[in-house]
Amino acid sequence: MASPVLEVRGLTKHFVVGSRLLGAGGALVKAVDGVDFAINQGETLGLIGESGCGKTTTSKLILLQETPTAGTIAFDGRDIATLAGGELMTYRRAVQVVFQDPFSSLSPRMRVRDIIAEPLEIHTRLRPAAVRERVDAVLQLVGLAPDVASLFPHEFSGGQRQRIAIARALVTETRLIVLDEPVSALDVSVRAQIINQLEHLQRTLGVSYLFIGHDLATVAHISHRIAVMYLGKIVETAESDALCARPMHPYTRALFAAALPSHPDDPPAERAIAGEVPSALSLPSGCRFHPRCPLAMPVCSEVAPPLRLRDGGGEVACHLY
Amino acid sequence: MVKAVDHVSFSLGEGETLGLVGESGSGKTTTCLSIVGLLPRGARIVGGRVTFEGEDLTRKSQRELRRIRGRRIAVILQDPMASLNPLFTIFRQVAEPAFFHQQLRGRTLRARVQHLLRAVRIPSPEWRMRDYPHQMSGGMRQRIVGAIALAGGPRLVIADEPTTNLDVTIQAQYLDLLKDIQRDTGVALIFVTHNLGIVAKMCDRVAVMYAGAIVEQAPVRELFNTPRHPYTRALLGAVPKLGSKEPLYAIAGQPPNLASLPAGCSFHPRCPEALPRCATEAPDEVHAGPGSAARCWLVSNGVARS
Amino acid sequence: MATIAGDRPRAHGAAQRRARRGQAAPLVPAILLGGLAFVALFADLIAPHDPTLPVQGATMFAPPFWMEGGSTLAPLGTDFQGRDILSRLIHGARVSLIVGLMGTLVAGAIGTAMGIVSGYVGGWVDQIIMRVTDAWLALPALVFAIFLAAMVGPSMWNIIVILGAVYWTRYARVIRGEVLTLREREFVKLAEIAGASKLRVIKKHILPNVMNTATVLASLTVGVVIIAEASLSFLGVGVPPPQPAWGLMLSEARPTLMAGQWWLTVFPGACILLIVLATQLFGDWLRVRLDPQTRNL
Repeated sequence: MASPVLEVRGLTKHFVVGSRLLGAGGALVKAVDGVDFAINQGETLGLIGESGCGKTTTSKLILLQETPTAGTIAFDGRDIATLAGGELMTYRRAVQVVFQDPFSSLSPRMRVRDIIAEPLEIHTRLRPAAVRERVDAVLQLVGLAPDVASLFPHEFSGGQRQRIAIARALVTETRLIVLDEPVSALDVSVRAQIINQLEHLQRTLGVSYLFIGHDLATVAHISHRIAVMYLGKIVETAESDALCARPMHPYTRALFAAALPSHPDDPPAERAIAGEVPSALSLPSGCRFHPRCPLAMPVCSEVAPPLRLRDGGGEVACHLY
Repeated sequence: MVKAVDHVSFSLGEGETLGLVGESGSGKTTTCLSIVGLLPRGARIVGGRVTFEGEDLTRKSQRELRRIRGRRIAVILQDPMASLNPLFTIFRQVAEPAFFHQQLRGRTLRARVQHLLRAVRIPSPEWRMRDYPHQMSGGMRQRIVGAIALAGGPRLVIADEPTTNLDVTIQAQYLDLLKDIQRDTGVALIFVTHNLGIVAKMCDRVAVMYAGAIVEQAPVRELFNTPRHPYTRALLGAVPKLGSKEPLYAIAGQPPNLASLPAGCSFHPRCPEALPRCATEAPDEVHAGPGSAARCWLVSNGVARS
Repeated sequence: MATIAGDRPRAHGAAQRRARRGQAAPLVPAILLGGLAFVALFADLIAPHDPTLPVQGATMFAPPFWMEGGSTLAPLGTDFQGRDILSRLIHGARVSLIVGLMGTLVAGAIGTAMGIVSGYVGGWVDQIIMRVTDAWLALPALVFAIFLAAMVGPSMWNIIVILGAVYWTRYARVIRGEVLTLREREFVKLAEIAGASKLRVIKKHILPNVMNTATVLASLTVGVVIIAEASLSFLGVGVPPPQPAWGLMLSEARPTLMAGQWWLTVFPGACILLIVLATQLFGDWLRVRLDPQTRNL
């Protein structure tokens, strides 16, 4: 088994909010608190959770937009915090991102050709002819005709812009793309196009994805494995099929219960759980989910449950198991 | 001149929920706004009528419509922060419809506000009604918008994508809440959405819109079991089903520009089953079963498959 | 059944109207500015007389030719020294145009650069630049310009640099605000994530997207700079004689304002008005033209 492309161990990021007068005061937001996962070559890891769960911060840490408070992110076995100079550029070349909003992720005054070519210009010394060739090739990969390269972003629809963003993410030999809610802002019919395209690209190029989303059905469809996050911690991971067949953690079950039916005659879901995600500034003690958990036991409010193995090659953090 | 809504017809009974499904540019929001006479400047109703409890709303003056809006027909919009005034307390905003339409004052008014807040499951309403919108979470704000909508005692509530910005579990709570309220008060609901899952959960009848026209309407079970219009079939096929890895059906192209619609049937360029006729003649709406209608030559020709 | 008709949705009504107006408009200011530029360039050839010497055969304070006492020798009249007003106007265009445009360019270049560095780099660099801007803005522009002009001595290029040095602050402020917003936009973040250097991000992403604002600002500032130059000339610290300037002509004509020799003030004043109007309209058109989004409407 080849080593994973990306391996995250004990990743932690705390933010200090509030007054920072003379370094004292200020509350601590534990946005990401001890997260472990790994992504192998050619596979998709789905990261699902609601607001405040830390998935956005996790992606920022992987993309080096933030530095971790603790823990490591290893790319091909090397800790990315230690990378500098040429090795850092290699990492940036290999790990790209596609954001949610197709309307603000493309530079409005650059032609599509230049937008896609930018990573090539930053990382390689290819001649203009070679750059153009590569841009055309990657445009075709995402299902766009090469002659659109001379147009400006505003002349495209949302779905087409996302394709351009994906093309840009693939133009250097990318190994991992972080997809941050890439289809949430698109129309239903277009979503399917993009998802199919992403799957096709993965099969053809062997690129890995970290797919961050909030819609369980979409994430389950495209991911090989899924990690469920709540308030900065991963509460359960498993292979997609195994998770859908048997969600174990009460929060995962709540997500499944809240998922919308695909047919009016589907059996009615359990009642949605009550309450809302608590503020990250005042985390519950012990298991962070216990105030909302319908199956909470006394131990849940005292001790944070460790991750234990579950079927489907995953783990679950819950005192029930 | 853009035809945002084209010969749209549907009816809704008391206590019923109609799902108005479509993607961006389908005309669903414009349809709803025109029911209550809240069209943007530059848009006009040029034909047809809207009959509410026996009266034609298109014939009414803005003054008369203002008395109906909020009292007999209420609207819930997508963004609660845009619907709530950041300068006024929750109490003031929930009380407003009851204040104007039912002339409630003082203790009676306060009691009514608390009753409404309790109906939308806001905890500790006596305290929370003194809060301002920015002090509440997204889910709570949307429930307050619901309370304002219910304050006038409406017979019809139009909800335009009210859960799009909410977390999944909050959305589930909210939808359960709407269902309970409907069961208790018998209010009719028009639910505008692009999400077929919400339709499956909430609606009795469904109307699917494309490029300003209703292409299919049917009772919900029939729509899911035997979709008649190719667009409906495509939409149903495009949605990932939990637990299934079947490839999604992706319709080619994107929703049309209302300013330059294709000739004939607006959907024909993207339709996998288009006939030659579809490119030249726009189909009429035809009866396709009990309570069902579809706007498609395939249905008219009787060659519709399930 | 209900049918609803609406306006063309391709652009918001107002933006569309603006765009259409902007696209038709360039004709008038372009002709005006083009004419003025032509006049300024070929002043020596066009002007009927030497602007610094009295006209042979004409009296002092001669009115324009259509009035009693005027002659076609000096079509717009003569001034207190008997110099031809028309020739002086023609040569004066040179000063106004050159100083106005160049001064704005200098101000724009300095201000935009400061704004971008301040907004994008942030930190203490931002703080320093902003405090400098505040201090600069606290000084009354014209008084400051006069002071500087008195210090360094008058000459066309000195005036240009002075005006640039006085008026850059309005750019810096606005551009910095724009850059602060741009910095958070996803396409900038994408470039940073892809490994682009700060310089590259500024060059490829920040600068092109502030050019629009910078151009609009420029079109607003040109008028101000021209009037500032005219004011400086009016006060006698502008471009030095013998070069004629419209502001100087106004200054010289001040004593005669109430005496009835209206042509000495109205014509230079009208010229200033025309050039400022032309630059404003042209700047507006340029802004619409430059924005790829509104260009193709």
